[in-house]
Amino acid sequence: MSLTLFLILCLNGLQYGLLLFLIAAGLTLVFGVMGFINLAHGVQYMVGAYLIFAFTGLTGSFWLALVLSLITALLIGLLLEYVVFRHLYSRSHLDQVLATFGIIIFLNELAKVLFGPATLSIDTPELLSGSIQLTEQLRYPVYRLVTIGVGLVVAVGLFLTISYTRTGMLIRAGSTTPEMVSALGVNVKQLFQIVFGVGAMLAGFAGVIAAPIFAIEPGMGDNILIIAFVVIIIGGVGSIGGAFVAAILVGLIDTLGRSLVTEALGLVFNASMANQIGPALASMLIYILMAAILVFRPKGLLPAKGAT
Amino acid sequence: MKPTLKIATGAAVLSMLMGTTALAENLKIGMVVTLSGPPAALGQQIVDGFQLALDEKGGMLGGQAVDLIVEDDELKPDVALLKATSLIEREEVDFVVGTVFSNMLQAIFKPIVESETFLISPNAGPSTFAGNNCNPYFFVTSYQNNQNAEVSGMVANEEGFENVFVMAPNYQAGRDNVEGFNKTFEGTVTDEVFTPLGHQDFSAELARMSTSGADAVFTFMPGGMGVRLVGQFDGAGLKDSMKFMSVFTTDETTLPGQKDAAVGFLAAGNWAPDMDNEANNAFVSAFEEKYGYIPGGYAMQAYDTANLIDSAVAATGGSLEDKDAVRAALKAADFTSVRGDFSFNNNHYPVQDFHALTVVKRDDGKFHTSFVRTVVEDYADSFASECGM
Repeated sequence: MSLTLFLILCLNGLQYGLLLFLIAAGLTLVFGVMGFINLAHGVQYMVGAYLIFAFTGLTGSFWLALVLSLITALLIGLLLEYVVFRHLYSRSHLDQVLATFGIIIFLNELAKVLFGPATLSIDTPELLSGSIQLTEQLRYPVYRLVTIGVGLVVAVGLFLTISYTRTGMLIRAGSTTPEMVSALGVNVKQLFQIVFGVGAMLAGFAGVIAAPIFAIEPGMGDNILIIAFVVIIIGGVGSIGGAFVAAILVGLIDTLGRSLVTEALGLVFNASMANQIGPALASMLIYILMAAILVFRPKGLLPAKGAT
Repeated sequence: MKPTLKIATGAAVLSMLMGTTALAENLKIGMVVTLSGPPAALGQQIVDGFQLALDEKGGMLGGQAVDLIVEDDELKPDVALLKATSLIEREEVDFVVGTVFSNMLQAIFKPIVESETFLISPNAGPSTFAGNNCNPYFFVTSYQNNQNAEVSGMVANEEGFENVFVMAPNYQAGRDNVEGFNKTFEGTVTDEVFTPLGHQDFSAELARMSTSGADAVFTFMPGGMGVRLVGQFDGAGLKDSMKFMSVFTTDETTLPGQKDAAVGFLAAGNWAPDMDNEANNAFVSAFEEKYGYIPGGYAMQAYDTANLIDSAVAATGGSLEDKDAVRAALKAADFTSVRGDFSFNNNHYPVQDFHALTVVKRDDGKFHTSFVRTVVEDYADSFASECGM
């Protein structure tokens, strides 16, 4: 494998990791701060993708549609919190799982009713549709580079907000001792609502970013939700920093693994054998990592401070 | 109410119920297709294609009014089995039409053929039932799964490709297609890459493709995977440096999502919407008018299936009790297939022509596969010789 190919794989892994981070960030906060299991978080990712599809169709401009999608994703998140999730905070985890699973089914079916079961796609915005010539044979799409940049900006912004602002402080405090924060006169309900809305918006944003690269289809959020859970377990529940590190790690391992495992096995076994085992083993890698983390660092790589 | 009266009423109701069943001599056809999840579009094409043929004949096949019972297998083998058993045991259907996916077919196959009900597959054509395990109660109106890939290999030879990069999802159908392609392709396969099923990000594979030095890529990426792959292939700027050929990747179900990115891509298949014959022109325009989208192979095969049943029921004069007569009538394939020549082999899989296809954009902005040339005529699958029928 050439060095350029390796670098490209790293870029792809980074990009996938940042996409995962956008989803996992909301999930880890909602899970960490509120102790609330939100299976419907993945469906917010799908909602974001369908929103950008619908708004691009209506307005004809990706950028206008981007703004509208983010606002709508936020509103949908707040609405879901108000109508459904608010009533589940004090209930058992099983109730939360059931209710949020119901929302997945409902929204997946709704997407099918509104947009049809077929896979949809939108064009990459004109401004970012080119590709950069890296070497003689290799080109890399500009859009993917931009998503890496945007992902990093969001990550830094989120980190600063959590670490240095008053809201961030309350979120951190709320994640460890919500009763105490509440006793000190902070409106925990409102705090939860903000966290929830922003989490939903970030997942929606991930969906928007993903829409031009990956296709838009009902149920597209279901698989990524599982990976997002893997990320927050590896990173440590409730920890933004942990989610970031874990997301990048998972992105790189998954992307590099798919190429390297088969090649590495090719050194030991014959080609067809390596082709049989390689892909299967590669898709297991992140789960193996998760299992290892659960055994050796059950609280995750960077656990939230004071988390119990 | 007195007990006697109760019994009397009960008996009356019962006799009425029995009376209705006795009166209803409708032809009962059960359909098991996938109508939920992302592949629902494929099942929907089958339902629409079958329904169109039914409507054109005033709701009758072979002169008998038809009760069509459509069941969704949800792409779960246990659900498919449950729905299929209820169709044969409770509804006592005369024919079962299904399925979209080969693994669903494998789930429903045994109980249906063992109940001596005719099972006609409008899409799935696994090798499993083509050879040793061929069955007198099983017919396929589509193709044998390996055939399209085998024809792709021939297309690659004809196009003069010397080095081809091969990629498919890591499951049975993916491996079958790779095997099919390798069987007929005479050049060098530079890489064989297997991705997870439902793969999202093809960038790693695309990077390997661009450094592989291959003239062309051959792939089998049905549904959403195909939409993503084609978009990313285009985004990576590979369209200028290598040819893209595929089976079940750029078809009428995925083209609305792939659009311009797929134009000019090669495919192999048993039919294209613009194949010029009278029956086909009528079918495609009627289909588009009714459902508002261009039919794909799935719809075409379902339409042919309905016409096949029509011809068989008509030939037997509507008496379906004599299974041997029904089988002979089905086997005769005495109907006008919209794809042209069509006959059944000894294993009840089709013998038909296969063509090179390419993706085109129509004047009204819609996309479809277009007939280029016929690659092989009266092509039979390679398992038929193992079948003892």
